[in-house]
Amino acid sequence: MGKRKHPMTGTRLARTDTGARTRRRVYRIGALSTLAATTLLGGCTPNMALLDPAGPIGAHEKTVLLTAFGLMLLVVVPVFVMTAVFAWRYRASNKKAAYRPKWDFAWKIDAVVWLVPAIIVTALGVLSWKTTHELSPYRALAGSKKPIQVEAIAMDWKWLFIYPKRHIATVNQLVFPANRDISFKLTSATVMTSFFIPRLGTQIYAMAGMRTKLHLLADKTGTFVGRNFQLSGRGYSDMRFKAVATTPAKFHHWVQKVRQSGQALTLGKLKTLEKPSIPKSVIHYASVKPHLFQRVIDQFRTAQTARTKSNT
Amino acid sequence: MLGKLTLSAIPYHNAIIMSGVGFMVLVALAVLGSITYYGKWGYLWHEWVRSVDHKKIGVMYIMLALVMLLRGFIDAMMMRSQQAMAVGSSHGYLPPEHFDQIFSAHGTIMIFFMAMPFLVGLMNIAIPLQIGARDVAFPFMNSVSLWLTVVSAMLVMVSLAVGEFSQAGWTGYPPLSELAHSPGTGVDYWIWAIQISGIGSLLTGINFMVTILRMRAPGMSLMKMPVFAWTALCTSVLIVLAFPVLTVTLALLTLDRYLGMHFFTNAMGGNLMMYTNLFWVWGHPEVYILILPAFGVFSEVVATFSGKRLFGYASMVWATIAIALLSFTVWLHHFFTMGASANVNAFFGITTMIIAVPTGVKIFNWLFTMFRGRVRFTTPMLWTLGFIVTFVIGGMTGVLLSLPPADFELHNSELLVAHFHNMLIPGALFGYFAGMTYWFPKAFGFRLDERWGRRAFWGWLIGFYLAFMPLYVLGLMGMPRRLDHYANPAFQPYLEVALVGALFILGGIISQIVQLIVSIRRRGETRDLTGDPWDGRTLEWSLASPPPFYNFARVPVVHTRDAFAQMKEEGDAYQRPDHYEDIHMPRDTGAGFAIGVLAFVFGFSMVWHIWWLAGLSALSILAVVVGRTSRDDHEYVVSADRVAKIQKQRYRQLASVSVVVTGEDDHRIAAGA
Repeated sequence: MGKRKHPMTGTRLARTDTGARTRRRVYRIGALSTLAATTLLGGCTPNMALLDPAGPIGAHEKTVLLTAFGLMLLVVVPVFVMTAVFAWRYRASNKKAAYRPKWDFAWKIDAVVWLVPAIIVTALGVLSWKTTHELSPYRALAGSKKPIQVEAIAMDWKWLFIYPKRHIATVNQLVFPANRDISFKLTSATVMTSFFIPRLGTQIYAMAGMRTKLHLLADKTGTFVGRNFQLSGRGYSDMRFKAVATTPAKFHHWVQKVRQSGQALTLGKLKTLEKPSIPKSVIHYASVKPHLFQRVIDQFRTAQTARTKSNT
Repeated sequence: MLGKLTLSAIPYHNAIIMSGVGFMVLVALAVLGSITYYGKWGYLWHEWVRSVDHKKIGVMYIMLALVMLLRGFIDAMMMRSQQAMAVGSSHGYLPPEHFDQIFSAHGTIMIFFMAMPFLVGLMNIAIPLQIGARDVAFPFMNSVSLWLTVVSAMLVMVSLAVGEFSQAGWTGYPPLSELAHSPGTGVDYWIWAIQISGIGSLLTGINFMVTILRMRAPGMSLMKMPVFAWTALCTSVLIVLAFPVLTVTLALLTLDRYLGMHFFTNAMGGNLMMYTNLFWVWGHPEVYILILPAFGVFSEVVATFSGKRLFGYASMVWATIAIALLSFTVWLHHFFTMGASANVNAFFGITTMIIAVPTGVKIFNWLFTMFRGRVRFTTPMLWTLGFIVTFVIGGMTGVLLSLPPADFELHNSELLVAHFHNMLIPGALFGYFAGMTYWFPKAFGFRLDERWGRRAFWGWLIGFYLAFMPLYVLGLMGMPRRLDHYANPAFQPYLEVALVGALFILGGIISQIVQLIVSIRRRGETRDLTGDPWDGRTLEWSLASPPPFYNFARVPVVHTRDAFAQMKEEGDAYQRPDHYEDIHMPRDTGAGFAIGVLAFVFGFSMVWHIWWLAGLSALSILAVVVGRTSRDDHEYVVSADRVAKIQKQRYRQLASVSVVVTGEDDHRIAAGA
């Protein structure tokens, strides 16, 4: 066995365990086979962020996704089968098959082709109505503890997170205790962006001069990727952040650490921060000027108010 | 004098762009050179550029579509190769400002300058022939539409060499597309290209709506029309209702960018969501504008090649109408994530999934058309079968995206990219290819090569699955669309597979080019002498291939659906009339081309703020229109004698392939009687 060659590549098996190349190759084969598996079965692998949710919102959305997928297979699979069977059976060379060139209507078939999709869509419609209300991003999650408040501001090309109750702020790092509702308010200091942590579920736009809301919860600790999902210019690809779900104790400790970082987020600092840049590392602010979030929204509104006043 | 235009507008320093420009210039020189060499300028001018013949206009539309398909596909290859390599610290070979232009151009070109001209071309070639008309309702306007579309496409091509193209995506969402965030000329090129072509499309919509409603042969009631005519009618109505919204939306964005107004800006009371709403009020019907004519082609193809009537004609028609109406009720599903209330989201989610019902009905009706038929697997039929199987996958993911909770996760992801390509490649493009193969012999008098056609089909089909199935997975992995580079190495293998898929599609495209060359060289073998190469069922197949310029010597009288199949059955498909009459035909004119060229000058000078030239060209357009309108020699008479002569040749040709022609041979000509 030891000296046999690999049947696919022809290279010695012993030689391939040397480096990352093998892992990459194996990895690629794995990726290819999961490609088929996940597409057909909705299976779950560690890399499938949406199929491996880390919170109840994501988990619920995954269920919606798979339920709808399953329901639709009731129509899709018959289409596959009928296409293959009809095309083959009624091929021109098969003279044994029936040929009725004038047959163009049968009310039973017509009824079935309208009713079956209609019934499935009705079922999906009920599912849609119910889950859209349950999973509305504005709906607070039921829980005994008070939610963690976070104000997220999209900038070119980074995320500023303000913890208004704790008077601290961070750039490109979002830390929160697991198993506790996080209540987001979002806006943008620049173009339209979309805030999304795939493993927690639900994205929402952040838009200048406007405030959107979002409730998320992580039911396990871990570090997740979060990012902007809406094209926002040159730095869009790098506009991502780390979302860290941790224990209450570690969260408390982290807050203390940020508070000791020394730097204060003043209006002047905010102006600098708003300028287009891609920060190389996380930034911590030990204190934040109060009502900064509202000021970012208002900067677009005041211009409007001023205009209205001058017109009257 | 030249506004913002200086020599520095040409991106000399960028080797990739300049090689593209060089290639473009070389091709243009080769084409112009060979026209000069063969002395074809006069022929081109008189027979094509000035033509108001719907068949020639249709051919020119499709030529434009094919050229732009190549351009759009080159963009696609660049994106696929960039994403296949730009992982981790590697940022690939395209910087973001270039990559963003490429996907913006790809989307804009494929929608406005590939799909739209393709379907309008097919409508032009087939619709008057199918409904027994001699031309469209407004032949000159048809020529104007064509040239407005052509010059808009040229405006996009010019943006490659002079200045830049938009970096704000094909949807051009503000505030990114506003002056504050996109100060260059890219967005302006995008605006004027689709604004001018949009006007061309609107004119086309009016034209075909009137043509189909007013110019059908006697006896052809609406419910006796071929299904392609029905889908063309619904598409035209959608164009007429939807395109003005796009025109106004772009005009408002133009006012923001040119006159400092604040419709969609961040400050001063502007609201970007207003743009987003308006854009998709046009944008969603646009999807059905693209897809419905392809549905019509599939209906014609599946009935013809199953040798059978279309199953459930009435259902098919009502499904088409239902889809057309519903398309105006779903636009909000493009932005469930804006923070609307659950009631609003659920409403638009449910209206969206309702569209799946009539679409499902169509799929089953095509399948039951094959049932108890005699299915011939010609290339148009292969495209149709490939479409049915692939399209239902796209439909399924579409319904997934229509569920707001699912969309909250899938919005703006690679899964969305996979979904809409899964609708538009099989749903629209395969249909256009099927239609092109199906009506090619009608337009040119010989068939396309089957062998290369089959190769092209398999290249596209396999390529499609390889290129887009991985994107579904990437969406589930949480990869957003439009990334020029990414950190997660797990994305890469899938993007490599997608690149391989793009290469298969390249194989398909090369096969199509070879197919064209081979077909032209061997046209002697595949010549269509009867005019009915597929055993067709509708009126266009009753005519010679190519049809005479007046189409019908005598306007046919229709009694049933599938009128020509019925005539063949009754043995009077090729009836010699007892006399001919004079025919009034529209006169060719260069005015349409002139308006097009002036519109190009106008668009270009608006992009570069060359105000005097913009004003001058706008006034000139007005002058041409007024000049043309105030003349009254738009028509001429083809004498009955001339018609008789041309028709005699046709009957001789039919006799040579022993087709039974009924009616008197040596008829009297009752000219003018």
